[in-house]
Amino acid sequence: MNNSLYNRRRLINAAGLVVSVLAMGFGLFWLCWILWTLLVNGLPALTPAVFSQMTPPPGSSGGLLNAIAGSLAMTLIGTLIGTPIGILAGTFLAEFGQRGWLAPLTRFINDVLLSAPSIVIGMFIYEIYVLKIGHFAGWGGALALALLVIPIVIRTTENMLRLVPVTLREAASALGAPQWKIINFITLRAARAGIITGVMLAIARISGETAPLLFTALNNQFWSSNMNQPMANLPVVIFQFAMSPYDDWQRLAWAGALLITFSVLTLNIMARVLFRQKVASH
Amino acid sequence: MTTALREADHKKHSLLDSLFRNLTRAAAFGVLLLLAAIIVSLIMGSMPAIHAFGFGFLSSPDWDPVNNKFGALVPIAGTLATSAIALIIAIPVSFGIAIFLTELSPGFLRRPLGVAIELLAGIPSIIYGMWGLFVFVPMFADNVEPWLNSHIGVLPLIGPFFSGPPMGIGVLTAGIILAVMVIPFIASVMRDVFEVVPPLLKESAYGLGSTTWEVMWKIVLPFTKIGVVGGIMLGLGRALGETMAVTFVIGNSHELSQSLLMPGNSIASALANEFTEAYGELYTSALIELGLILFFITFVVLSLARYMLYKLGLQEGKAS
Repeated sequence: MNNSLYNRRRLINAAGLVVSVLAMGFGLFWLCWILWTLLVNGLPALTPAVFSQMTPPPGSSGGLLNAIAGSLAMTLIGTLIGTPIGILAGTFLAEFGQRGWLAPLTRFINDVLLSAPSIVIGMFIYEIYVLKIGHFAGWGGALALALLVIPIVIRTTENMLRLVPVTLREAASALGAPQWKIINFITLRAARAGIITGVMLAIARISGETAPLLFTALNNQFWSSNMNQPMANLPVVIFQFAMSPYDDWQRLAWAGALLITFSVLTLNIMARVLFRQKVASH
Repeated sequence: MTTALREADHKKHSLLDSLFRNLTRAAAFGVLLLLAAIIVSLIMGSMPAIHAFGFGFLSSPDWDPVNNKFGALVPIAGTLATSAIALIIAIPVSFGIAIFLTELSPGFLRRPLGVAIELLAGIPSIIYGMWGLFVFVPMFADNVEPWLNSHIGVLPLIGPFFSGPPMGIGVLTAGIILAVMVIPFIASVMRDVFEVVPPLLKESAYGLGSTTWEVMWKIVLPFTKIGVVGGIMLGLGRALGETMAVTFVIGNSHELSQSLLMPGNSIASALANEFTEAYGELYTSALIELGLILFFITFVVLSLARYMLYKLGLQEGKAS
């Protein structure tokens, strides 16, 4: 009688654990399947022309040069706009946020914005910027991306500053350093590696974003270095080309997909390695 | 003389201090302002549609740009259905992954496997969509949907949900791909909250002779209940607003259909497909109102998620 209960419990345990191993396998299975598909379809399409020619009209061959350049430009500007604001606000939350209502409320709203649908951000920029100037423009894309960068940088900046030991601040304060010097030259510097990790994760996130660019930068078939005009970018080109019935376009879409995925994953892994070194050195 | 200098120095620094403090405060305030601006601009943009349709917008299945008749029922239903399917698949799988990572995995595998699952979250949404359309959809249409039709489609009650032409694209496909996309979010929150359980509790249970499964199910899960629900809500928030992956595979049809194998539409995919091509004030405004509804729903869900996760954080603080 007791034995049967014991056996039943062991059986349930074994079944549960097997299912958990299967779940792990299930997760890895999708990752491998997606990456494998990208390699199989993307590698043959990844010719030198991809990096040296413009996006072609349907039915002819070409490359993705203008899209790659546009993506880089908008990602760079988006990061440059978003990062300082994010670091400042994150500093406020970590260093000045002990009292008052602003810090807890901002923290909460920021955590919500962190996972808010990016397409709504695109709509917002469309409403306040694209409609006002009357045409799609690269600046709009960069702005939308900047709005996605801010919450990520705020979150990591705050977390990283909180890891800096209080004694470090107290030591600086005892030496008579004013607060702005303590924060800028001691705590922010001590948290540098962690904050860089956050910025890298933010870049990884925005370089694959499509939805906010659809309504802002849109697309451009030609080379464009004018941020005030519609601008080609990899995600929207992939979207347009993948949905098209033309073989050439679809092949280019796979090449672009491979490029984006592997740069995003590399950034992700690099950020983790960097962060781990920093934590290990503590 | 030196005191005067020191005083001037002190004044300079306290000025710089307050400048710096107010600069950071302004940046933090900017985040609140951003949220307010998003809400105001969405409400202003959807005013014409709100005036024209009122609350009927939420319950009308019409979507007829030619006659300027718009209703949000189909996209709302599609958004909720795909997210529900995603959660039904993702919750048990994420729980399994979290158990594996916290209890079962050998130490040297724990980190690489954890990173691998997190990389699943790093893959851009458009890649999921493309892979879904070119690889998953044909496979699903050839192998899985005919089986669903002949085995589950004939059952009473749930049968009608699973019968229909095996096209591959549709609400069910979108839900499955969404599940894969939210698994890493839910799994990593679950893993994190499982790790805050005091070892003492677990060791006591093991000492009384509990099996691993019993410890997870009767000790860890009840202790972390709020955090787990928070993680699930976080995943739900992601699933509701996911755009590109769904746009590729859902089929973009404004027909209401009981079958999950039929094409449908979600709020985000309707926006992605139609917003740049919308003509006329009312059409654009109806789409913006859809965006407002989406923002509202995700905002509520994500707020609840954060609230629950904060609560667990407080509890953790008290326990130590």
